Amino acid sequence: MTQLASDHALEVINLKKAFGGLVVTQDVSLAIRPGERRLIIGPNGAGKTTLFNQISGDMRPNSGQIKLFGSDITQLAPYKRAHCGLSRTYQIITLFTDDTLEHNVTLGLLGLRPSRWQMWRPLSHYSDLATEARRTLDAVGLLHLAGHSVSDIAYGEKRRVELAMALAQKPRVLLLDEPLAGLSNTERSQVKALIALIPRQTTVIMIEHDMDTALDLAETVTLLNYGRVIVDGDRDTVIADERTREVYLGT
Amino acid sequence: MQFWIIQGLNSLSLGGLLFLLSSGFSLIFGLMRLANLTHGAFFMLGTYFGATALRAFDGLNIWVTALGAGIAVAAIGGLFERLVLTRLKTNTLGQVLVTLGMSFIISDACLLLWGGDSIPVPTPQNLQSPTRVLGFVFPTYRLVLVGCAIGAAIMLYFLLERTRLGAMIRAGVDDRQMARAIGIPVSNLFTIVFCLGAGIAGAGGVLGGPILSAYPGLDADMLPLALIVVILGGIGSLLGAFIGSFIIGFIYTFGTALFPELAYIILFLPMIFVIAFRPQGLFGRVGA
Amino acid sequence: MKWIAAVALAALLLLLPFFAGDYYVNLASQILIAAIFALSLNLLVGFGGMTSLGHASYLGVAAYLSALLTSRYGFGHGPAAIVSIAGTTAMAAFFGVIALRATGLGFLMITLALSQVLWGLAYRMSGVTNGDNGIAGLTRPMPFGISLDSAASFYWFALIVTSFAFLMMAIFVSSSFGSSLRGVRDQPRRMAALGFNPWMIRWITFIYAGFWGGISGLLYVYYNKYIHPTSLSITSSAEALLGVIAGGSGTLAGPAVGAALVLLLKNYASAYIERWNMLLGLVFLFIVLVMPTGIVPGLGKLMRRRSR
Repeated sequence: MTQLASDHALEVINLKKAFGGLVVTQDVSLAIRPGERRLIIGPNGAGKTTLFNQISGDMRPNSGQIKLFGSDITQLAPYKRAHCGLSRTYQIITLFTDDTLEHNVTLGLLGLRPSRWQMWRPLSHYSDLATEARRTLDAVGLLHLAGHSVSDIAYGEKRRVELAMALAQKPRVLLLDEPLAGLSNTERSQVKALIALIPRQTTVIMIEHDMDTALDLAETVTLLNYGRVIVDGDRDTVIADERTREVYLGT
Repeated sequence: MQFWIIQGLNSLSLGGLLFLLSSGFSLIFGLMRLANLTHGAFFMLGTYFGATALRAFDGLNIWVTALGAGIAVAAIGGLFERLVLTRLKTNTLGQVLVTLGMSFIISDACLLLWGGDSIPVPTPQNLQSPTRVLGFVFPTYRLVLVGCAIGAAIMLYFLLERTRLGAMIRAGVDDRQMARAIGIPVSNLFTIVFCLGAGIAGAGGVLGGPILSAYPGLDADMLPLALIVVILGGIGSLLGAFIGSFIIGFIYTFGTALFPELAYIILFLPMIFVIAFRPQGLFGRVGA
Repeated sequence: MKWIAAVALAALLLLLPFFAGDYYVNLASQILIAAIFALSLNLLVGFGGMTSLGHASYLGVAAYLSALLTSRYGFGHGPAAIVSIAGTTAMAAFFGVIALRATGLGFLMITLALSQVLWGLAYRMSGVTNGDNGIAGLTRPMPFGISLDSAASFYWFALIVTSFAFLMMAIFVSSSFGSSLRGVRDQPRRMAALGFNPWMIRWITFIYAGFWGGISGLLYVYYNKYIHPTSLSITSSAEALLGVIAGGSGTLAGPAVGAALVLLLKNYASAYIERWNMLLGLVFLFIVLVMPTGIVPGLGKLMRRRSR
């Protein structure tokens, strides 16, 4: 494939991370094109979330590089990466439980705006934020719960709020860490439908450890095991690959 | 020359005392994630107990007194831990506040029981005569204090590194959840460590008596020193507490001797350096 | 209903000197000063999730600066106030950089250590601070030529400053910055992922809290016309923290109520009990063990349980 390096939405180059003697990320390299739908799979402990943590900046790699649309973000603090167009959801729900859904999404919208530093005007006066927040909630089908506290809603609804907050910022690259974990069948199809609707301007990278659930959303797949990339390529090729079956079935 | 040697020895003995004070604090913080603000008061209680006992009974052995006071303070600490601290398991703010409250209670109780005047503590008779080394004269007691600290350090080292109890403590410091998961009785361990820490502080208080005297406010003087030692040496690290104690002992002694008005700023500076460049302390672990 | 209560309270506060004697008016002034101090601390504790045990630093430093500038260097009260507050705020900025290298307990320990260092300095540098004797013989300012020496006039002055402080803090917490502060308190990682800079938000709040702590320090030294190292002590910081927790850190006004209660307790208890510190300690234990969310919510809970 002849593609210029700067054409990639996200590039991970020879990333390495070790905790003392334990190496959790071994020489991982990824090249993800704009608009791609990439699924990262692997058994528990393969290092998928650790990889995400390094991409989002929550952890610093020992060596290697991470590039977002050609710019090196390896040393950038997590909040700065958000300003470069990176967004992520977490495996564990990290919503503001005592606040309303609308307030949660409003905070999500506020993060990239200069008005977040305003110390005079009450937040409630920003009517454009409120409108946008409600529109975002509507897009995930939760407008009717806008005034409810996050602690009152169901788990599946919380996942949708998380997704809404991540999408509200119109990110260029979106990292979804096990977005379907713990959902009932109905909830799962709801969230999958939302993921499928994400516009092509957003590159989506998903982690799922259960292969089957997210496969139909993926165009390309990367298989990780013991911190290493085992197989990497388009979906059908990776599924058919011997090594994939080995990792999951241990044959 | 005499000045430097004397101040040097004073630094060593202060460092020794600080180790007795801060080793317990560091252990408690490391294992229980508790900043025990009562620690200065535990030390002071020991000093007052020692003062009373040593003045009342002429010729009472200071080691026995230290042991006795250590046990008494450990008992008080244990009661406090069982009755109050265990009820505040995840409430870290609450834990800090009750240890603060307890320190107020103890310090006021001392004021009530012993009055507002400073009580000098006699140096034990058999250690009163000075030692001659290389033509220099040293107060023997101060030398002995350094020996005590080293002895305590060795005993703690053996406890932590060579006994099963120590292994459990170290496991708890490294990863509390994991330790619980493999069956270590973490809550009992907490009580034991708290008692141990309090007891060492109490014993240290007795031993510090001849040098510091017992006075109201001793706890408020000692607590920040313990804090600075632990910030410097790293939380949960015995080696850090040991080395940190002597570094602070030197800085404080020479600082007070050379620039009496600015001694506190001089203490301040290494603390700032450490926090700025190595927030986990010299020997602590990142993310402890 | 709430409006009536608010108007009644305002009237009570405004007209207090007309129906209460000097003793009570002075007590009210002290309550107002303690209220600003506790409210400023609560910006850190309640809204920022940063528990500090060194807040007395800002009260004390502002007070000492004002005392020294007016009594020893011939400054007028106006310029002295400006320099004191500027100095205190700068110190807060500096202390904030150090303390915010850690969070949680590490933060607490550093604030405590820093404040104890200042306290020690105040005692030791007797050439400057007069050590244990404190600095006496100070005067109150005369804004627009009005004397503040009477109990009533000082009280109204303090009331104006406190109302202004309360208003400013209310604006602060309901602003978008205030919301991001609470967000950082609740989910710092999430906030960083959303684009907020947690360190900067905390640091700015720390400075703002120090600023208002300094304001309370000015009022404190004006009221007492005297300053002593105990104002910088851990007891002073602890009393404010107790006020915050007793009143409830979850609301804006709670700490003011808590501070009032602590002050009243101190006032009345010292008539009967010599050992205020011991009582303070016991109250700490009581509140934390029995009513951790604060007296007001705690009493509410107790009353609901009784009525069953």
